[in-house]
Amino acid sequence: MQQKDVLPMKAEKEADKRLDVKPVITGAEALMRSLVAEGVETIFGYPGGAIMPIYDALYDFQDQVHHILVRHEQGATHAAQGYARSSGKVGVAFATSGPGATNLVTGLADAYMDSTPMVCITGQVAASLLGTDAFQETDVIGITMPITKWNIQVTKQEDIPAAIAKAFYIARSGRPGPVLVDITKNAQVGKCEFEYKKCEFIRSYQPIPELDNEAVTAAAALINSAKKPYIFCGHGVLIAGAENQLLELAEKAQIPVASTLLGLSAVPVDHPLYGGLLGMHGNYAPNMLTCECDLVIAVGMRFDDRVTGDVNTFVKQAKVIHIEIDAAEINKIIRADVAIHADAKTALEALNKLIMPARHDEWLKEFEVGHKKEYDKVQHRELYPETGEIKMAEAVRLISEKTKGEAILVTDVGQHQMIASRYYRFKNPNTNITSGGMGTMGFSVPAAMGAKMGAPEKEVVAVIGDGCFQMTLQELGTIYQSQIGVKMVILNNNFLGMVRQWQQLFFDKRYSSTEMTNPDFVQIAKGFFIPGKKVSAREDLSSAIDEMLATPGAYLLEIVVEKEDNVFPMVPAGAPVSSIRLE
Amino acid sequence: MQKEYTVTVYTEDRIGITNRITIIFTRRGINITSLTTAETEIPGVYKFVITVMSTRELLDKVVGQIERLIEIHRAFVHEEDEVVYQELALYKISTKALHTAGDVEKLIRENNARILTITGDYFVIEKTGHQQELVDFIKKLEPYGLIEYTKSGRVAIVKWSRRFHEHLKELDKSVASY
Repeated sequence: MQQKDVLPMKAEKEADKRLDVKPVITGAEALMRSLVAEGVETIFGYPGGAIMPIYDALYDFQDQVHHILVRHEQGATHAAQGYARSSGKVGVAFATSGPGATNLVTGLADAYMDSTPMVCITGQVAASLLGTDAFQETDVIGITMPITKWNIQVTKQEDIPAAIAKAFYIARSGRPGPVLVDITKNAQVGKCEFEYKKCEFIRSYQPIPELDNEAVTAAAALINSAKKPYIFCGHGVLIAGAENQLLELAEKAQIPVASTLLGLSAVPVDHPLYGGLLGMHGNYAPNMLTCECDLVIAVGMRFDDRVTGDVNTFVKQAKVIHIEIDAAEINKIIRADVAIHADAKTALEALNKLIMPARHDEWLKEFEVGHKKEYDKVQHRELYPETGEIKMAEAVRLISEKTKGEAILVTDVGQHQMIASRYYRFKNPNTNITSGGMGTMGFSVPAAMGAKMGAPEKEVVAVIGDGCFQMTLQELGTIYQSQIGVKMVILNNNFLGMVRQWQQLFFDKRYSSTEMTNPDFVQIAKGFFIPGKKVSAREDLSSAIDEMLATPGAYLLEIVVEKEDNVFPMVPAGAPVSSIRLE
Repeated sequence: MQKEYTVTVYTEDRIGITNRITIIFTRRGINITSLTTAETEIPGVYKFVITVMSTRELLDKVVGQIERLIEIHRAFVHEEDEVVYQELALYKISTKALHTAGDVEKLIRENNARILTITGDYFVIEKTGHQQELVDFIKKLEPYGLIEYTKSGRVAIVKWSRRFHEHLKELDKSVASY
């Protein structure tokens, strides 16, 4: 129906090419053409006064760019993150000035912590009004400075294409991250000659470090002589697409691999050298054996405090090789004996050439012993309970089995997140999408939306807590309007479960403001015309998950789970990893 | 151990760059005791000289996080003996006191100070040196009726900076992108 508007513009473009003249267009159209030149196909956004000229230009680009109208700007950022993580492309979000811009803050901070490439475009009041407290003016550049990889305010239309080119280059290169471009209204409506040149170089920014071959040789020597080498696989492995190189190293020298939360899915869970999840609620063996190894090969990870526990005792007995693209992460938390400042793929490719085949049978056996202990004490009763209320873990196990570990798993933040991360058996890279560094409750519904848009051929299952769901449930409106086929599973314990667990263990069971009186989630979904079901009996669980997966399009499954279930193992915050508790 | 360090940062000429640098100190609760910035011999490249009380260990991490910023070329932490530095102070003295209190000429000579201007009411003395010398000079001027004192931040030349400045000159050949 908009064809009429689009066609003349196309004809105009053709004419421009023939005459070799630069077209004179508005800043808003220059922005749209720049985005198309960057290969943008999907934008998540919300219009408002200061970004209206851009939305007006967008109207003419509907055949090239799919705009998803979200219900809150925070949803746009998380959707853009989910999109970026499932597609490997840069996620794009639009918001207006003032409250639209401030609503982006949580998502920007989340993307910054979790190295997610994202470009946010905000409208801004006219340049003449900047600094005057004009209607819906906010200093979004100042606000987002510490939570973006880069940001810029553009006040002249002719600067828009170069700012966008630079924004995309910065967002996706090196250690990826979010970028914000704030465009004043006058620049959106003013006219300029349009010419687009991709950015490939910024003289003060070196996203591809020069590989230090001496460091690689030193690292290889450490690996070749190690008795108990141990690989920590982080998000950087997935970002660099180094899954095969990592496995090559592991297999060649028979080195066990443990994963950080964001490194999950880089190594298939059923791989014989996969040792499990590190961190506060990770697996028993991989945590305990951080105290036994004699060499750590940390790849694309940053020793978050949820991984290290007490840093003064963490891997103290071992040498540390740190492969990391962000120089600021090297020696930030844990001193590296050998640091390789490079992306995971480049470093591992060089390293693998120098690695001698080796066996570490006794060492690998120690993982089996630890696994057995965890399985007997924790996993068996969690995964296969026969009596009592439904356990979170058995629900996740069934979802994992029925999706064959091939779904994109999007999790929110809390107990359900830890349980899902522990028990989903990931098969393929980039199928784990969660808010790791920030721990943003409310992440999963919008992120799942974005993930599905980024990988429509894949099943996307969001596992959500009852508290989390209520932080961003308005995005059900987006899911309905844009017909996004995400499966949403609420693990409902009528509690803010993780906080309650801490209150139980560390605050004398003083359950301060953690119990929730919840609404009827299935009715809420129904209000958005999304089918759903609630199960609370074990015998109905399997068929309910089948029904969810068999239903085309979006679906909401509420599973009522054990009210006071706890996540174990657990390393108490700030304690040595060796103090991990199994009960 | 906490002591005074000089941090130098080489940046592109961009709005907000000071803010980007200072918030990294703020996050770690480090107080900036002085900050001086100006364009270097390379057009478009600015140098910040920042003094802070902190520890080497912390500052090495701060400098890493500053270097991570897109528009920063390099950042360094320097110990006291790695830099040659100066600060500049101005002292405003009552002209009346000049007539009544002792030998100003001697005072100025001995302290390597100089007079910038004289009016009927006041005159202004300039002195360069290190922080303590400049503060000590206040005491010496007190008998003359010090009206006002003001001091600049630090300017510093790094003893081993040659290679880095050659790198900067190379940069000069590549155009600053938008």
